[in-house]
Amino acid sequence: MTTQTRKSIFNRPEKAYVHPYFGGIVLGVVLFLAFLLTGNGLGSSGATSRLDAALVDAISPSHVDNNPYLLKMAGGDKNPLDDWIVPVFFGALFGGFTSGAFNGRLKLTTTKGPNISDRTRWLMAFLGGVIFLYGARMARGCTSGQALSGGATLSAGSWVVMFAIFGGAYGVAYFVRKFWL
Amino acid sequence: MNFPLPSFIAVSAANPWTYVLFGAIGFAFGFTLEMSGFGDSRKLAAQFYFTEMTVLKVMFTAIVVAMVLLFGAAGLGILDFSQVWVNPTYLASGILGGLIMGVGFIIGGFCPTTSLASASTGKIDGMFFMLGGFVGAFLFGETEQYFTNWYNNAGYYGRVTLDQVFGIPVGAVVVLVILMALFMFWGGEQLERIFGNKDLSKEPKIRPIGAAVLVVAALAVFFIGSPSLEQKYNKVKFTRTETIPQENADPIVNTLIYSADDMLANRLAFVTPAEAFKTKYIQSLNPVYLDVRPEADYNLYHIENAVNVPLDRLAEVIPVLLTEPPANTVFILMSNDEAAAVQAWKTLVASSVQNVYVLEGGVNNWIAFFGKDDKTLQANPNAGSDQLGYTFPAALGNRYESCDPNPQEYETLEFETKIILQLKRDKSGGGCG
Repeated sequence: MTTQTRKSIFNRPEKAYVHPYFGGIVLGVVLFLAFLLTGNGLGSSGATSRLDAALVDAISPSHVDNNPYLLKMAGGDKNPLDDWIVPVFFGALFGGFTSGAFNGRLKLTTTKGPNISDRTRWLMAFLGGVIFLYGARMARGCTSGQALSGGATLSAGSWVVMFAIFGGAYGVAYFVRKFWL
Repeated sequence: MNFPLPSFIAVSAANPWTYVLFGAIGFAFGFTLEMSGFGDSRKLAAQFYFTEMTVLKVMFTAIVVAMVLLFGAAGLGILDFSQVWVNPTYLASGILGGLIMGVGFIIGGFCPTTSLASASTGKIDGMFFMLGGFVGAFLFGETEQYFTNWYNNAGYYGRVTLDQVFGIPVGAVVVLVILMALFMFWGGEQLERIFGNKDLSKEPKIRPIGAAVLVVAALAVFFIGSPSLEQKYNKVKFTRTETIPQENADPIVNTLIYSADDMLANRLAFVTPAEAFKTKYIQSLNPVYLDVRPEADYNLYHIENAVNVPLDRLAEVIPVLLTEPPANTVFILMSNDEAAAVQAWKTLVASSVQNVYVLEGGVNNWIAFFGKDDKTLQANPNAGSDQLGYTFPAALGNRYESCDPNPQEYETLEFETKIILQLKRDKSGGGCG
C-alpha cells in the first residue's frame, strides 16, 4: 500500500482550465439567473468606487461633502457599502479563491510575459488597474457591468462600450507587445 | 410567479437574505471566471495578439446564452423585462471610457473582475491591478467635477436597446447577434490556428451541435415574440393593506391583492384634487403631473407644473418614465374628465411604470374644487364627455389663480389618502454604477 500524503488546499495537483465555450455557457447561465432573480446583472467596478467612497468617508467626511460624485454614494445617512454590488464583489473574490483551491491553483506567483521581470509586471499591472478603473467609472461600468450585462440585455450603449474596449486594447497592443510576447 | 423577485431587487438590512443571494451570485461569477482561466493575465492578453481567443469565446458565449434565456423568459411572460436593469446609453463617456479601459486592459492584463479571480488565487500581478483599480476609481471621483456636464449629458439617450435603434423586433436582434457570435467564434478559431499554431482537430466535436442549439433557441425567441401590452396589463398586481383596529389588542393587518381592473373599479387608483395638490408638500414624495389632453386644451388651462404628454404620444415617454425620475416619484395623470387619463393609466401600468394615479374627475373637477370663485371661468353646459367643461376668456395656460392654489388658503384639506408609495427598484444603483 502506498502512503499518500494528505493534500492541503495549497498543494493539490493543478488541474487544467475548462473549455472556454463551457465556461461561457456556465457564465451565461449565472448571468441569466442574476437578471431573473434580482433584475440586476453582474459587475464589480462599482464596488471599487464604493469601497473608495467608504474609505474617504471614514478618513475625511468633509471631503465627501465637497465632492458631488462621492455625495451620490456617501454623505448624510447614506452608506456607500449599502448596494448589491458590494456583496457581489466579495462573493467574486471568494468564488475565485474557491475555484483556485479546488483545482490546485492557489500559488503565490506572477503571471507575465516571458521577457519582463516580476517588478516590471507589477508596475504595469498597477498602472493598468489605475487606467482601467478610471475608464470604467467614466463609462459607468466595466467589462462585466457594461459588456457582459449590458450586452446580454441588448443595451445600445453597452455594445458601443464593448467595441470601444476591444478597440482601445487592439489599438495599443502592438506598442506594448514586449510586455507580453 | 413574477420575476425578478421584488424583494431581491436591492440589498436591504431588513432582509439579510438579499446579501446572501447577491453574495452567491458573486461567488458563482468569480468561480466561473477562475475556472475559465481568467486568473492568468497571459490568457487575457493573448486575446489581443490573436494567439488565444479565450476572452472572446467565454464572453460572447456568456452574452448569447444569457440573452437567449433572458428574452425567451421575457417572451413567455416569466420575466418582466421592464424591471430588468438595462444600462442607459451615454455615447460620449461610453466611447472614451471604453477606449481608456481597453488601454488599461492590455497594459494591466486584467479587467476588474478577472483581477479579483487572480488576486484571490495568489497572483501578485492581480493584487497590484486591484490596488491600482482603487487608485483609478478614486482619481475619477476627484476629477469628475471638472467635466460633469459632459459626463452626464453628452450623447445621452437613456434606456435604449438595439431593437429600438434598428427598428426591428427584439427576436430578430437575438437571431442576428447569435449569427454574428457564431461567425466570430469561427473566425477566432481560424486566428488561433494561424497565430497560435493551434490544432483545431483536437477541439470538441460537439461544437456544431451547440451552435445549432443556439440558432434554434434564437429562432424560438423570435417566434415567441414579446408579450402584448394587454397580456402584461392582466398580470399586474397591486398590494394594499387594510388595518382593522381591535379592542385591547394589536390591530389586524390584512394584505389585499388587487388586479389593475380592481384598482380602477374600487377607485383605489384615483386621487382627489385635494390629495393631488397636497402631494406637492409631502417631503417624501415627488409628484409629476402628466396632462394627457391635446395641446390645445393644455394651452387653455393647465395646473402648475403639469407636463403635457398627449395620449397618442405617451408611448414615446415611457422609457424615460421608467428610468429617469427618482424612486419616490408619483405620477398623477389627468384629462378633462377621466376617460383619456384612465386609458393612459392602463398603458403605463402595463408598461411597469410604478406609482401611477388618475386625478379624480380630471381638470374639470380640479377647476370645480379650486376655481369655484374664479368668475372668469364659465361652465360650458355643451361640453361632451372628457371635454373641457368650462369656457376660457383666453389661452392663459397656468396663469389662472386656481392653477397654483395658495397653500396657506388651502392649508387644511380633508381627503382619503390613496397614494401609497410602492418600492421601486433603485435604478441608479444598477449595473456597475
